[in-house]
Amino acid sequence: MDEMDSGIVKKFMFVNRKAPHGTVYALEVLEMVLISAAFDQDVHLAFVDDGIYQIKKGQAPAEIGCKNFSPTYRALEGYDIEKLYVEAEGLAERGLTEDDLLVPVEVVSRADMGKLMAEMDVILTA
Amino acid sequence: MAYTSNGATIEADEEGYLVNINEWTESLADQIAKDEGIALTPEHWEVVNFLREYYSEYQIAPAVRVLTKAIAKKMGADKGNNKYLYELFPYGPGKQACKIAGLPKPTGCV
Amino acid sequence: MSILHTVNKSPFERNTLESCLGHAQPGDAILLIEDAVFAAMAGTAVAGKMADAANSFRLHVLGPDLKARGLDPANVVAGFTVVDYGGYVDLAAQNKAVNAWL
Repeated sequence: MDEMDSGIVKKFMFVNRKAPHGTVYALEVLEMVLISAAFDQDVHLAFVDDGIYQIKKGQAPAEIGCKNFSPTYRALEGYDIEKLYVEAEGLAERGLTEDDLLVPVEVVSRADMGKLMAEMDVILTA
Repeated sequence: MAYTSNGATIEADEEGYLVNINEWTESLADQIAKDEGIALTPEHWEVVNFLREYYSEYQIAPAVRVLTKAIAKKMGADKGNNKYLYELFPYGPGKQACKIAGLPKPTGCV
Repeated sequence: MSILHTVNKSPFERNTLESCLGHAQPGDAILLIEDAVFAAMAGTAVAGKMADAANSFRLHVLGPDLKARGLDPANVVAGFTVVDYGGYVDLAAQNKAVNAWL
């Protein structure tokens, strides 16, 4: 916290690997991301593996008794969190394309995602 | 705690935020505001309605910083600033206005 | 008489579905629920495997779980039947036992 107060900006990356609704990880990370915005850090979001399903268009979980938090990803821009990356291999494996996603993202290869991770100061994967 | 409005009991948490956002009505907003020592003017309603629209679009109550910026974008800089919003809602446009709007406490507020 | 197998884990994250397919007997019913419903969609890396499985098993997927995840019930692998909660109960009743692969 002292470092944050002193104005040092670190590169943070939240790596989302889990599908929404089936477990609580996706929502918990999203809340952490929103809170992290208050600290004026350089926040990056990565969507790999089943985490890609978090930003799938058209989610409607009312019938399974879950809150639809997918619209909240569209609020991230207002929180100045605009560095969103999706892994190309993960999209292809799931039969999805960029058009299936509800926020603008940069699609990168697994190799490039690895390089991005290597540039970070802090990484949290869930 | 709970509010009584038009004969109905409306549940709220210990700080007064509604448990079920769908139970909100305009007359309940007036009542919550009164408890907070605020008489709602058209200027208050502008912010309350903005918050409800924001929630309906994004499913969260915005952080104050985000709210201020969004209001500036929509209604101009003379309204989208801390001074104006804190004059309307002295205990914070996030906490207090969200409570009156029937929204949960903004994520990240203590 | 047959068994109903339910699977609730994503095929991309766990080998639960794989193991279920390896143990279920021909004619058994399989119902994908929760994060397992991703396996029912056409065009994924496991779609071929599911198309093969449709030759041996009666494959079902829970509609409300598809809808929750923004997945189109019209776009499931051929051989899958989309069921609602009532259909889930019917499947449980029609089979002699339920094996819930967790």
